[in-house]
Amino acid sequence: MLESILASGLAVGAIYALIGVAYNTMYSTSRVMSFTAGQLGMLGGVLGSLFVLRLGLPMLVGLAVTLLCCAIVGVITEFVAVRPVLKSLEQHLYVLSTLALALMIQQVTAIEWSTEPQPFPRIFGPSLGGMTDEKFWLPVLASAVTIVTLELLYRRTLVGRAFLAVAEDNFAARALGLPERNLRIASYALAGIIGALAGFSGGALLLAFVANGPLLNFYGFVPVALGGLGNNRGAIVGGLALGIFQQAANFLVGGIFSSVAVFALFIVVLLAVPQGLFGTTTARRV
Amino acid sequence: MGRARIAAGEDVPEREEHAGAPWSHVLPLVAVFALATCVPFVSNDYWVLIATRAAIYWVLVAGLNLMIGFAGQLAIGYVALLTLGAYTASVLAAGNVTPPLNPFVALAAAAVLGAILGVIVGLPALRLRTFYFAISTLGFATIVTQIALAWQSVTGGGIGLPGPEFPAPLNTHWGFFYFCLGVAAFCTWMTSNVAHSRFGRALIAVRDADVAAEATGISKPRLLVTVFMFCGAAAAVAGGLFASLQTYITPEAFSFDLSVLFFIAVLIGGRGSVLGPLLGTIILTLLPEFVASLAAWSTFLYAVLLLVIVLAAPGGIAALLDFKSRRPLQSNRAIVPKPSVLDGVFTSKHPGIIALRSVVLAFGGVRAVDGVDLDVRPGEIQGLIGPNGSGKTTILNVISGYYEPEAGAVTLAGAPLPPGNPVTRAGRGIARTFQTPRIVGEATVLQNVMIGGTILGAATFAETLLALPRYRREEAMLRGAARQALRAVGLEGLAQVRADRLQHSELRFLEIARALISDPAFILLDEPAAGLAADEIVRLGQFIQEITRRGVGVLLVEHHADLIFDICHHVTVLNLGRVLASGTPAEIRVHKEVVSAYLGG
Repeated sequence: MLESILASGLAVGAIYALIGVAYNTMYSTSRVMSFTAGQLGMLGGVLGSLFVLRLGLPMLVGLAVTLLCCAIVGVITEFVAVRPVLKSLEQHLYVLSTLALALMIQQVTAIEWSTEPQPFPRIFGPSLGGMTDEKFWLPVLASAVTIVTLELLYRRTLVGRAFLAVAEDNFAARALGLPERNLRIASYALAGIIGALAGFSGGALLLAFVANGPLLNFYGFVPVALGGLGNNRGAIVGGLALGIFQQAANFLVGGIFSSVAVFALFIVVLLAVPQGLFGTTTARRV
Repeated sequence: MGRARIAAGEDVPEREEHAGAPWSHVLPLVAVFALATCVPFVSNDYWVLIATRAAIYWVLVAGLNLMIGFAGQLAIGYVALLTLGAYTASVLAAGNVTPPLNPFVALAAAAVLGAILGVIVGLPALRLRTFYFAISTLGFATIVTQIALAWQSVTGGGIGLPGPEFPAPLNTHWGFFYFCLGVAAFCTWMTSNVAHSRFGRALIAVRDADVAAEATGISKPRLLVTVFMFCGAAAAVAGGLFASLQTYITPEAFSFDLSVLFFIAVLIGGRGSVLGPLLGTIILTLLPEFVASLAAWSTFLYAVLLLVIVLAAPGGIAALLDFKSRRPLQSNRAIVPKPSVLDGVFTSKHPGIIALRSVVLAFGGVRAVDGVDLDVRPGEIQGLIGPNGSGKTTILNVISGYYEPEAGAVTLAGAPLPPGNPVTRAGRGIARTFQTPRIVGEATVLQNVMIGGTILGAATFAETLLALPRYRREEAMLRGAARQALRAVGLEGLAQVRADRLQHSELRFLEIARALISDPAFILLDEPAAGLAADEIVRLGQFIQEITRRGVGVLLVEHHADLIFDICHHVTVLNLGRVLASGTPAEIRVHKEVVSAYLGG
């Protein structure tokens, strides 16, 4: 039992962690937490199933097109729901604008795709069952690859350093002449790709299902909230811990109470430490 | 019309002072409900059903409006409360856990449970930021549905259970419609009372100027918990009615789409309005009916509407209907305070001295305040000057409780002021203004001043809901006091104008009026002259002197050395968090270090 808790826990945890990283990527350049993060994960699964199973594209091509589509959704988010409200003094407007866009994505998917879970293609051949099945290790691999790539991007490349500069201090970065707006667009495209990767790698586990959108919105945000906003390592650790916690609760007390347990954990930790376990305190108010 | 009357004379008694909600706000609501009563006569049963549904939704949205539209808490998963109410009423009426209860008793039980869960759902709002709170309500919505699915022995699981059936004549289409319409009208009346009360104004203050709200003594947790109880109860009652209308409920009936409808109805309607969200609810309920082909796309349409509203018309329907605020204001207005009006404002009292002794406060490595002694005495003006970053505003924030000093004592009449607890200051007679005026732009000038008088009210939330006499008396008293404070600072002509249309200098005087209305013993002024013209500064100086002449102690933080030396009784000069000099203006003016370090010369 411990084995299956760990295997499935790490797998869903990796998906949550990736969605958390998508949240962070958008947040770092715009200070906006976008409701589209979970929808990107949902689209990763739905589009993967659409391109590979329905349209019969080769697996790699299907993956590439899925990532591309979600990157475009990310850019659209920036243009439609983020940029217009960034200038506004009302800080809560982004909550509404990104929620509106997320609802549109979800409704179009529900109507044009299906409201029922649809099968997702096998990537490495038919299932052999057991703990070595691709549905368990693929999300973990995807999140490992993503986090390593992101670290290399941020530490080793000029563009990555520019990202960090904008994330650290938007105004100073702009004063230095960094193309802050383009970097923001790029970060939304990047978030789209990360979200799509989460959905695609987790397709075998979560299926191509429209209801994954709000689900991932919530479960993907929990690691961000627990790990501290903008903290990718915190999100990965938080995501994996959440996955194991949820699956353990699932096995021990049953499905419904596991979501109640996750929710209670989320609320209790946030009420105790609003800035997250690894986050820093917020600025002065007066 | 309000403005014309004020211009005509200062002491004309106003009819609207007797009621909570002015007639101009009540009439449109009455008209909507009067129209609604005609529905059964001009249409068929189907439309009566739709109208019933709109009435039920409004029962929920009316409460939610206080939460989203007034308090600014984006509860996007409020369908959870509807679900809870529907299941509680149905389960109790069906007798799954208890002997079958009378449907009205079941509905009341649902309201009680809804009030409790409303607080639990809302609790995170007290600590968490907007998005966190929004997502926590989303989580709640998911969980409640899952529990309804899983708890088969009670809720019937996926199969569901019948809704409560009300006795005749409420079991007919007509009867049930009028019953729901009556409940909706009752809820409208109650929320309208709250909206035009100190609670409604405090909610808006918490939303748009939370720091100033604390300084006026508004306790956000207590206020929000009260309102969450009401919202939860209203939503649960709506749930019980909804279950009865559906006749049979399953978890699928409570999709997230309903939640979307609810909060978009509030946002389309506009914040801080009762009429707007009411129209929003009606429009959103009817929209899919008129365009049958679009029924499947209704949530998509709602989302598009939401995006359009957010991007193009953040004020919603209420702002579109607000013709008054589009009338141009008179330009080049001059503020002429009338200190003579102050006579009635202050009751004589001598609470003692505010004394700071060896106060120390550091931010990281910077010792912003480093062992400062300071007295603010009744009837005197204590000036506080110093270069930028010398700790002036920090001291003011220590006195008003925003910062907790690391060492030293802050006392009022010998008793320590609770450190780090700004809400307690207004009750002890300490009012303040802010370096950048913190006002509620969407509220009128008069309402902004009335926010300052929140602690003067004693009527409870329940009394306010039902517009009992004490609430009416207090509301009239507050209105009168606010008008008097506005007359004193010279802003009475702008009483009914939205505060965000005022000039900067007018906002400074508005903040002073907000401080005056609470009849304070001390007023802390943080750079009140910043951004004022020379003649305005002179009038401000005279006005402050008039205030102190009536026994009030003033702490004046300023950069205008002339103003300080003209009016202060005692001046303290700060540099790098330490007291550089302290004495009468005459002493400070010739103090060598002060002259060389700060005044120049």
